[in-house]
Amino acid sequence: MRVVVAMSGGVDSSVAAALMVEAGHEVVGLTMKLRDTTPEERAGRAASCCSPDDLRDARGVCDALGIAHYVVDYRDAFRAAVIEPFAAAYLAGRTPNPCVLCNDHVKFAPLLARAEALGAERLITGHYARVEAAPGGGWALRAGVDPAKDQSYFLFGLDQAALARVRFPLGGMSKDDVRAEARRLGLPTWDKEDSEDICFVPDGDYARVVEQVAGAAPPPGPIVHTDGRTLGEHRGVHRFTVGQRKGLGVATGERLYVLSVDGPTRTVTVGARDDLRAAGLWASRWRWVAGQGPEVTRGRLRIRYRHAGTEGTVRVQGDAARVDFDTPQVAVAPGQAVVLYAGDAVLGGGWIDAAVAPQGQAEQEVLRGRG
Amino acid sequence: MIYLDHNATAAPLPEAAQAAADWLAGPPANPSSVHAAGRRARAAVERARRAVAAALGAAPGEIVFTSGATEALHQAVADRVAPGQHVVASAVEHPALFGALARRGARVTRVRVDGAGRLRVEDVVAALEPDTALVAVMAAQNEIGTLYPVRAVAAAVAPVPLLCDAVQAFGKVPLDVRALGCAAAVVSGHKIGAPPGVGALWTPAGREPLPWLAGGPQERGRRAGTENVPAIVGFGVAAEHVARRLAAMAGVAARRDRLRAGLAAVPGVRFHGEPGLPNTLAFRVDGISGEALLQALDLEGVCLSSGSACSAGGLDPSPVLLALGLDPATARGGLRASLGPETTDADIAEVLLLFPRLVARARAAAEGGRACA
Repeated sequence: MRVVVAMSGGVDSSVAAALMVEAGHEVVGLTMKLRDTTPEERAGRAASCCSPDDLRDARGVCDALGIAHYVVDYRDAFRAAVIEPFAAAYLAGRTPNPCVLCNDHVKFAPLLARAEALGAERLITGHYARVEAAPGGGWALRAGVDPAKDQSYFLFGLDQAALARVRFPLGGMSKDDVRAEARRLGLPTWDKEDSEDICFVPDGDYARVVEQVAGAAPPPGPIVHTDGRTLGEHRGVHRFTVGQRKGLGVATGERLYVLSVDGPTRTVTVGARDDLRAAGLWASRWRWVAGQGPEVTRGRLRIRYRHAGTEGTVRVQGDAARVDFDTPQVAVAPGQAVVLYAGDAVLGGGWIDAAVAPQGQAEQEVLRGRG
Repeated sequence: MIYLDHNATAAPLPEAAQAAADWLAGPPANPSSVHAAGRRARAAVERARRAVAAALGAAPGEIVFTSGATEALHQAVADRVAPGQHVVASAVEHPALFGALARRGARVTRVRVDGAGRLRVEDVVAALEPDTALVAVMAAQNEIGTLYPVRAVAAAVAPVPLLCDAVQAFGKVPLDVRALGCAAAVVSGHKIGAPPGVGALWTPAGREPLPWLAGGPQERGRRAGTENVPAIVGFGVAAEHVARRLAAMAGVAARRDRLRAGLAAVPGVRFHGEPGLPNTLAFRVDGISGEALLQALDLEGVCLSSGSACSAGGLDPSPVLLALGLDPATARGGLRASLGPETTDADIAEVLLLFPRLVARARAAAEGGRACA
């Protein structure tokens, strides 16, 4: 059968493509052009994806595999659906998750459409996750078996129509397995470094990207302690995220953490680590992988990509969800995704709007956190 | 494979390929050498020069061999334009011309074309300034095939010299560079079946063009660097066959018209430009990305282009289609079929059988994608 493989030029998608070729499929490699790279990146002075090197690597792998390769231009969509919302979220005091946005709006829907236009029955990516037939019919999304690489958190937005056609051949493999396969298959990218950064922030300097997109340095605002003191002034709310300890620019002798960031008043509230704890959260735009789910569910909840997960209860009404953790969690950041698991199966997820303070804390804290 | 991308590069003429291959495999021979081998190479280059000159209606001494049309354009621009001087060019010139002008530091006025790609002579004249050093108008547009009134423009802008990019016209429509009344013309070998890597700059006798590549006596001091003898020899052979190529264009035009008629029956197909070059058909399908169709056709073994092959690496909409007044999203839908003498009736029939099916599939996918997003 004809399949499309989304190829970034990295080792994972290279192996995914090679495995498809080995399985006897007619494979078409597609590389998404998501943005124009900076002169520094083009000169190789800054690592990034979407660079000419990555494009060349993807082409090289396809040439080595003897398969067709095309570049698809999603620069406009990426800017509108990922980069601009990323900047807007930071300016509103939230901590955005651009990778989920990208998967939702740029990667899967357009690539599935392109695959269909090319007569391909499946879209293959190098994500570490698994799609399997669900016991009761339909498709289940499960975590990749390598806990260090599992990317199912980013994929909770895939619906049944998408899961019917998407496959992740690396879901059952560890990163070491993948590199070993790449070596066995003689792929030129076998020892290429992993990219862990957000692709359009290759040097990790989020603030600079936000300022570039916004076109101006965001206005300053107060840094306020939970005890009511104003500790100083900051240079824009986009420099802060809930749970942050470094770079606050205030010295009081105590260990301070960012507790909340309020976009409209530009207020950054700081306090002790204990005050970071949240009993739960409110989320919106909740989606079930199965298309629907019960009003009340218990399961394991991940509130950011590198979060191990914690048990809790989810109550869903419409597309709004209230989550209560069994034990309080630190650093619930509005703008991130909350994803619900049963074992290693993704049940659904939504976008965090606000943390729910443990009982006894002022209700105002909760409201301040709401974006 | 069905190859409908002859404007990107023509199918190699077997006789030209053989002549070039014979030179590549033959004994060493540098035309600048005094010995017998050198004389043999020099004679081969001069024979090719006579053939290319004859095909263009020029004298052999008026031909400078270059590495291709891009280099020839750079030489012609540098020969006529001083940094900071003003140049008038049609908005649909090849990017190589605009690149040469930018490199030279010229001030450029781009003359607009209408929605069919036509250029009005009076608009070119109106763009002239007191210090205009050069006017550039191509003979035929590479993406949409429109023919331009080079002779009328040259007469109207005289005494300002006119540079004519004749790359796509050469071998497809009769070309007599002297009759054009221009000060320089540029052609490329691989568009008429020669190997790539060779082109020519024509300038009328009486005024030697300045070298763009300096530091050697080759090409009578007009172009330094060891001659690409195999490619030049191939160019000469291809030039000897230009009359045959031109004679085949009536059949090419008939097949192009059949393709056009067949495509016109597919819902949403719109054509770009007015009929010009006999082999070129530029079109789009409303609501469907040209990129997607190009890929779908490729997977079925049909080679088209989304515009100019030169912009295929880039993903921006074609500047030529933008110049026709299309918005960027629509311009991204652009496709180009360019036929050659080798194109058969069966090729056209097969494309017409395939095309509606691929369009329907892409349309269904585009609509499904919107519902998904």
